[in-house]
This record gives sequence, structure tokens and C-alpha cells, in this order.
Amino acid sequence: MVAQILFLVLTLAAIALFTVNLRKIIRNIRLGKPVDRKDQPQKRLMTMLRVAFGQSKMVVRPIPAFLHFFVYIGFVIINIEVLEIMIDGLFGTHRIFNGLGGLYNFLIGSFEILAFTVWVSCAIFLVRRNILKLKRFSGVEMKSWPKSDANYILIIEILLMSAFLLMNAADAKLQLLGASHYINAGAFPVSQYLMNILPSSENALVIVERSCWWFHIIGILAFLNYLPYSKHFHILFAFPNTYFSNLEPKGEFTNMASVTNEVKAMLDPSFVPAETEPGKFGAKDVTDLSWVNLMNAYTCTECGRCTSVCPANITGKLLSPRKIMMDTRDRITEVGQNIDKHGAEHQDGKSLLDDYISREEIWACTSCNACVEACPVNIDPLQIIMELRRFAVMEESQAPGSINAMMGNIENNQAPWKYSPADRFNWAQES
Amino acid sequence: MAELMAAGEEPEILFWVGCAGSYDERAQKITRDICKILHHVGIKYAVLGTEESCTGDPAKRAGNEFLFQMQAMTNIEVLNAYNIKKIVTGCPHCFNTIKNEYPGLGGTYEVIHHTQLIQDLINEGKLKAEGGESFKGKKITYHDPCYLGRGNGIYEAPRKALEVLDAQLVEMKRCKSNGLCCGAGGAQMFKEPEKGNKDINVERIDEALQTNPQVIAAGCPFCMTMLSDGIKLKDKEQEVKVLDIAEITARANGL
Repeated sequence: MVAQILFLVLTLAAIALFTVNLRKIIRNIRLGKPVDRKDQPQKRLMTMLRVAFGQSKMVVRPIPAFLHFFVYIGFVIINIEVLEIMIDGLFGTHRIFNGLGGLYNFLIGSFEILAFTVWVSCAIFLVRRNILKLKRFSGVEMKSWPKSDANYILIIEILLMSAFLLMNAADAKLQLLGASHYINAGAFPVSQYLMNILPSSENALVIVERSCWWFHIIGILAFLNYLPYSKHFHILFAFPNTYFSNLEPKGEFTNMASVTNEVKAMLDPSFVPAETEPGKFGAKDVTDLSWVNLMNAYTCTECGRCTSVCPANITGKLLSPRKIMMDTRDRITEVGQNIDKHGAEHQDGKSLLDDYISREEIWACTSCNACVEACPVNIDPLQIIMELRRFAVMEESQAPGSINAMMGNIENNQAPWKYSPADRFNWAQES
Repeated sequence: MAELMAAGEEPEILFWVGCAGSYDERAQKITRDICKILHHVGIKYAVLGTEESCTGDPAKRAGNEFLFQMQAMTNIEVLNAYNIKKIVTGCPHCFNTIKNEYPGLGGTYEVIHHTQLIQDLINEGKLKAEGGESFKGKKITYHDPCYLGRGNGIYEAPRKALEVLDAQLVEMKRCKSNGLCCGAGGAQMFKEPEKGNKDINVERIDEALQTNPQVIAAGCPFCMTMLSDGIKLKDKEQEVKVLDIAEITARANGL
């Protein structure tokens, strides 16, 4: 009975804490500017099913896709087991789904195989990061916390799976001993091989089984609450992020409506623009970005596929699309913390541009869309870069000199080079 | 276009030449070859001549939305005044801008890139590869321009235009949706690159040369500049030619 109450309290506390943190993140995302992403719901749903559920963009790199698939499937399927653990924990039952008979054995057997493949995949992931030191996982932005974060996640997953398998091994051994409470249920294709390393006394086995059971469920609840502080949030946000992702051609950049009004008024003096609130052009800070940009930042799991295909990054420039997303997330988190501590009006004098992302980074972008194409969950770093450029150019007139010259040429000669408009048709004369 | 209008005629298609196609010496050749192709198949086309002006693409990618929309609205006024319905461009940047970004500002047209036009003409049987230079068996590798490929998902049209040559098409390691940028997009064409350890066009040329090509095919005047510069730098001008799909098509047909 004490165990049941303890279980209930722990579960409720974990869910409550997670809800509080999740709501803060949703509030932070809502600090972004509005953008309509509710059109074409059917196409959006299909995109989500294909890209997030179907992992369609992962297959480009077969080895991580294969390993990630095991971890993903393992995560989704083993949650059925968590449901049983929850019911058992609350009502003091043991293996409540046992009534399913042959199906139950099949399920437990599958969970075991999946747990094993998750274990192996995570171990390989650790080797890739820490021993093979794949280039994709290094880079200036992958020092300190992001580096440890990735390792913590993999280690936690390995520990959770180990606990699950050890628990089953102890359970299976207790079943063989005919211990009371441990009914004959389940199939143990993997954990049967672990039985030998376990003690043989019934008491010791019960301690192992119970410890692993508690470790597994407390681990899951703790992991749930680790998510909001971690890059691992993608396991939840991948779904809304792909649903609300851009459906237009990647080459198309948004036309700024605020500018359209001013340009129309300039070209046609009789045009009276509709009253709109005066806003900033482009983005200096995260709150000038759209809520989709901010959701992108929370979704990023720092895999680095974007940076590894970025032509600027490949050739040694400072720009890294992954860093753009991580900076955006770090800054919106900071803005959120400021609101929590000092109220909504607080200004800390910092901004995304300059304090987090430098001018050198934004001007190195070729707008080639390789980062957008590469992202397995449809994150768009390019849009953030463009908004920062818009601020630099339209609010501050701070563009590199040659860019200013190019724009001057367009204004004066209607071409980015200094040629006379009268000579535009000369190509037809020569041959 | 003004002449056609004065004669009370309408063209089947407007050829949007673009700034590079108008002023850049290398790109002018491509412009003339596109005209030769249009003439060869008997399409009634027009150009705006001195009435054309920059689409605003480099200004927009540099962050100057004002200048972009000024250019866009001025161009849309001209295009709408001539009642233009269909446009072919010689540049993926013009193509992307007019096709995707002009409709929201009042300019809706059917826009195609010249490689799509060539593909259509081949499919309709109006264009073959005969009567000119033979590319048979030659090793050709095609460089995907970002604003044609990833930007608008057009990967097949330029390749179709090359397949008809009976040449040996070889793909670079990074091609199609994974294609590497030439380094010119996003207004980079008009500025020096940021500090790094290599120029992007050199990275791309190194990759292209790994396929041992006789021809590197391009579909964008900016890519053309970047790739040609790369080839010059590698001192491979004699062995490897950088040619636009339009030039290849024109040569293959003896135009």
C-alpha cells in the first residue's frame, strides 16, 4: 500500500512538473510573431505522417537511419509496457496484461528484442560520438552542455533498457522458482541469457526485480522531466514541427506586407494603406521572429545534418545553421527566464543578433537551402538568417560595403552591376 | 516587345533575359543561344529589351525588401501592361522570383526556366540533337543550381535535355537535392566571401573534376561564373568546358 501511494505521488509530481515546464515553453513559443500555418490541413497531416512518423528524411544517411529507427520504434512500442507498469504500480498488481495470453508473451518478447536493439543502437551512437568522433558531432557549438546532453541521453536510455531487461530476467527466474506473486507470464528471448548473472535466492531476486522495476519507472519519469532542458525534446516536437512546416517551394521567400504598403504608397500617391501597427523590419531579437522559428529552435536535436551540408561551413566559414538554431533556443529560453524572474516588461539589453549570432555568420549564407533540405524534422534556419539580414539592412543600413554598392546599382541602373540601362539590349547586336 | 505591341501582336512567350544575361559577356552567349533555340523551333517570342530591369532577387536575399518590392512592382506593371501570360527565363534566380514571389504582389504568370522549355520541346519532338556538334559518349556532369533544384524541385528537366545527346552523364557525389551550391547565391555573387579555408566554388570544382568530365553543364549564369572561375583556377580550361544547357543544345543542333 505504501508503495502504491509512493508511486502515485511520484507519478503525479512528475507529470505536474513536466506540465509546468511544457507550458513555459509553449508560452515562449507564443512570444513569436504570428504566421498562418493552418492552411491545407490534409497536406500538413501527410507531411507529418511522412516526415515525422515515417522518418522519410532520415534514410538519406542509411546507417544512422537504421539505428535511429530501432530507438524510435523501441521508444514508441515500449510505451505499451509503461502503461502496464503504471497500472501495476497504482493497483499493486503484477503483469496485469497477462490475461492476453499468447499475445502477452508475444508482446513481452518483442519488447525485449526492441530493448536489446535500442541498447545496442545507443551504444553504437556513443561510440560514434566519443570514440570515432564523427565530424558532424563536433563544431564550436557542440562544446560543454550540448556535448554532455547528447551523452546523458544515450546513457540514460542504455540504463533504462538494462533495468528493463534485468527486471525481466529476475522475474523469469522467480517464475521458475515458483515464487508467489510472480505468475507465469511473458516470454524472455533476451533476458533469459541474463538469468545466470543473477543471485539464486528468492529474496535477493525479489530485491533485484523490484529495484529494477522502480529504477525503470522513476527513470522514465525523470527522463520526461529532463526533456524540457534538453535537445531531446524532438521526440515530442517533431510532430507539430513537421505539421506546421513550410509547404511552399523552398526558393520562395515571404513578401513583407508592411513593406508592400509603403512601396505602394510611394509608387502611387493616391494609395492609402490600411492602418497597421508600426513594427520592426526583420529581427534583432528572438521575439521579432515568428512562432514557427521559435518552435523550430525547441525541436532541434542538434544532429548537425544542416551544418554538414552547409557550403559556408564546409569551406571553413563561421556560419553553422545548427548554431543558428541553438542560439535561438538559448536566447528564447533566456527571455523566458527573464519574464519569470522580472516580469514581462523586463529588458536585459541583449539580443539574438550580436550577443548570440554575429554579422559574420549571417553574411556567409548563400541561401542555398541545403540546411532546410537536410533537416529530418523540417527546421528552417535560413528564415532566421534572412530575418536578421532584413533587420541589419532595413533598420540599421548595416550591410557589407559591396552589398550596399550592389543595391545602389539596382536603384540607379536597375541592375546589380554598374551598367547603363540603355545598354541592356546590346547583347542582341554582337555575336 | 514594344515593337510587337505596336504591330498589334502578342508573343507566345516572353523571354526574360535577366541582368547577367544582358550584361555579363559570358552569359550574353547563353542568351543568344536561347534565342537561337526559340527561333529554330519557330516560337514567337519577345524580349523587353531596355524595359527589363532587375527582378530584385539579390536585394531581397540581401535583406532589402524595400528595394525588392520597388523592382518587383515596377516590373509587374510593365509585364501586366503588355498582357504577358507566359515567361521563360535564362536564370534560376529570375525564374524563382517571378514564379514564386511576384504573384503576391500582383504579377501572376506561367513561368518556366529555359531547361524546362528545352525539355518540353524535346518531348514534343520539336527539338532533337542533330545537325551539329556530337556529344555522343562525352562525359558530362550537371551542376544543380540551388534555386532551380532545391528551391523549386526541378531536377529532371536539365537532365532530360542532356540525355538526348547520347552522352555519358555522370553525377557528382553531391547532386540533385543534395547538390552543393556554387557559392554565388544569397547575394554572395556581389561580395567577397567571409573568412574561411576554401572558396565554395573551388570545393565544387574539385568535386566536379573527380568525375573526370569533358563538360560541366550549368543552368544558371551565376553558377557559370563561379564554375568557370574554378576551372580557370585549376588550369583545366583546355580539358574541361563549362557550358550552359542552352549552349549545349544549340551546339548539338548546329545553331
